[in-house]
Amino acid sequence: MTNVSEVSEIKVIVFQLMNKEYAIELNVVESIEKSLSITRVPRMPSYVKGVLNLRGVVTPIVDLRERLDMEPKDFDESSCIIIVSHADSEVGLIVDDANDVMDVPTSVIGPQPEVVGSVESEFISGVAKVEQRLLVMLNLEKVLQPIKKVNADEF
Amino acid sequence: MDIKQYLDMFIEESKEHLQACNEQLLALENNPDDLAIVNEIFRAAHTLKGMSATMGYEDIADLTHKMENVLDAIRNAKISVTTEILDVVFEAADDLELMVLDIEAGGDGKKDISKLVDMLNRIEVGQPLDLVEGSTAATTEEAPIEVVASADIYYDEFELTVISQSSEQGFNALEITIQLREDCLLKVARVFMTFEVLEKSGEVIKTVPTVEKLENEEFDQNFTIVLLTHEDAEELKAKVMKVSEIENVHITHITDDYVEKYKQTELQKGDVQPEETPQQNVLSVKSEKPKETPKEASKMIKASSSTSNKTIRVNIDRLDILMNLFEELVIDRGRLQSIASELHNPELNESVERMTRVSSDLQNIILNMRMVPVETVFNRFPKMVRQLARDLNKKVNLEIIGAETELDRTVIDEIGDPLVHLIRNALDHGIENPEERMAKGKPEEGTVTLRAYHSGNHVFIELEDDGAGVNRERVIGKAIEKGIVTEEAAVVLSNKQVAELILASGFSTATSITDVSGRGVGLDVVKNTIESLGGHISIDSTEGKGSLFQVQLPLTLSIISVLLVELDQEIYAIPLSSIIETAIIQKSDILNAHNQPVIDFRGTIIPLVDLKEIFEMDNSATENDNFHSIVIVRKGESLAGLVVDSFIGQQEIVLKSLGNYLQSVFAISGATILGNGQVALIVDCNALIK
Repeated sequence: MTNVSEVSEIKVIVFQLMNKEYAIELNVVESIEKSLSITRVPRMPSYVKGVLNLRGVVTPIVDLRERLDMEPKDFDESSCIIIVSHADSEVGLIVDDANDVMDVPTSVIGPQPEVVGSVESEFISGVAKVEQRLLVMLNLEKVLQPIKKVNADEF
Repeated sequence: MDIKQYLDMFIEESKEHLQACNEQLLALENNPDDLAIVNEIFRAAHTLKGMSATMGYEDIADLTHKMENVLDAIRNAKISVTTEILDVVFEAADDLELMVLDIEAGGDGKKDISKLVDMLNRIEVGQPLDLVEGSTAATTEEAPIEVVASADIYYDEFELTVISQSSEQGFNALEITIQLREDCLLKVARVFMTFEVLEKSGEVIKTVPTVEKLENEEFDQNFTIVLLTHEDAEELKAKVMKVSEIENVHITHITDDYVEKYKQTELQKGDVQPEETPQQNVLSVKSEKPKETPKEASKMIKASSSTSNKTIRVNIDRLDILMNLFEELVIDRGRLQSIASELHNPELNESVERMTRVSSDLQNIILNMRMVPVETVFNRFPKMVRQLARDLNKKVNLEIIGAETELDRTVIDEIGDPLVHLIRNALDHGIENPEERMAKGKPEEGTVTLRAYHSGNHVFIELEDDGAGVNRERVIGKAIEKGIVTEEAAVVLSNKQVAELILASGFSTATSITDVSGRGVGLDVVKNTIESLGGHISIDSTEGKGSLFQVQLPLTLSIISVLLVELDQEIYAIPLSSIIETAIIQKSDILNAHNQPVIDFRGTIIPLVDLKEIFEMDNSATENDNFHSIVIVRKGESLAGLVVDSFIGQQEIVLKSLGNYLQSVFAISGATILGNGQVALIVDCNALIK
């Protein structure tokens, strides 16, 4: 075990998408929810699954697979929703599985290699190698860019 | 002491005082001889000065100090009120406001005020002192070193009696004016020490300002104590001077003669202007014992003119929390109602009904607590109109009616800018130049009336001017030129419809762009803001006579009544405020007008909007139904029928935002949480009707 007082490290939550491991910082995570009933919101990008009632707060839900241009997958038993707080509001991210909380020394976080799977690189803030695992750190700022006026076209 | 924690309070109170200043200044302009108004302004400026000095905002303190000097000179009739003076004072108030806003925005509240200070100084001293009060002119025997600001002391009858009685008993009644040093830090402490000294020597019967104000540090460098004592004036002075940080002490004897004289002058003047201060130095010492020296005397200072309302200041955040909690309750109430209606248990029904009643009372109270009079928005308009009228060289009189009308705070916060825009528009494009008005046989001074009133579940705000009105030809010409209407369509438009064209986006009738209202944004911004608040704006205009802009606003934005409808297994809510009625129509009733399905609704052809199509939902299940449920909604004068799958029922719901992430969803104004915990989206009818 690494000694906390010596090395500065961040706590991350590790989740899976397409059998790869991704991570976001723990301090932005509010909670992890299992299936809840989602109300669809019309005329949204396909990765916005809708909104749900999270203890009285209307929370938008984003399918992270689709957001990162991966093959969509239906909500199943292991799927869960990570509620993150971002820019003063909460957003839920649908992921395949959330399994771990880890301490990652900041020293092992490096810039992303030129090519990391199929993920568009702007969504990635770095890559951390912890023991034998490779964690892709997500850039929430980019992933959760607010959805502005979509279209008021034909009307 | 960390002053930061007081910052919010400082900002808020400063704004209040500045507002008071502005209002009173306007009143003074119409009524330059009313010294009571000057006093009000003086008081506001004075408090502001004290607060800003404590908070360390030197510039504000400096400027208010100079303002105060000018006001002081005015109220002492040393200078008389003129428009020029008022202009400078207005400007000073403006600068103060800017500085306070700067502080609010996190700045240091600094500003170059030297020019204004200079002007104020010139006003203060530049005018000859031609109107010195009659009685003070006699005070020639005052030693020159004892230059003290005249202590404006007003004695009521009771105090005068006490003074004359005690002097019969050999007490000296002394008016002791103490001047603290400019840099005195602990003013209250000095006051306390002075009191301690004086109370050993005699009986304090009165202080100016009052004891409460002294304790709260609501005074400048000077304060005056009226003391009944056996001791000699010089001795007392020496004692008081021992208290540190005291600049000067000035002692005046109050004698029987003086009391008599004072009473007479008071009688002559009536009690209207208590500020006149006859001061005379006469020495007369007798020695007897007083029967009593009522301390209460000091409390019997003239009744303050302001009536004190029993109110408390509550942070708006707390009200918001209360509102949120109540909203949770409304959601649970909805849930209970739906459970009760399924169970058919009479006892349960009864208690749910009771709870519903109680909670709707509670809802009213909470909503009322968040109600703010529109005054808070209106009160900045008189000054704005004054300034604008000057800039435009027009004469305008602004009448405000119904400023006490209350609106929810959320609406209040949003309504200010649109109203500013409308007023600017009325002044710039509505009201004509004085010459033009004269030529048309109208009074030289234009009148703009701002009116607010309640009607039903709405608040109406109207802006009426007696200006030029909307020129039909010019508006139509412009609208055609800009492609807003076609020539054919323009012919059949009613005058009202033509007037409302000026609200269309991309429209601006001003031939030249002025910096007053021609900012290139136009009135469509006003229209959009009002509609986003769930409101509605209409214009009535008669050419040559003037225009009436009417803004209709909902009372509150947080809890609304809606009709719940079903669309492809999802529940949507349509605000009742925009619904005219619901209907079920046969498929054969649907007509086609140039690829747009329409129906004949009581003789009017209205377009049909299939919500599922708009929301890009699966439409196959119901497409071939023979009957369609439609909701007739309106936006202003235009109607539309929304096709839905089925009606569910009416419900009170709590409006919730979709959050920062989904900043703009087409035709959805928000969301709500239903009794079963599901989220339902609220349809924005305004976006659906063009």
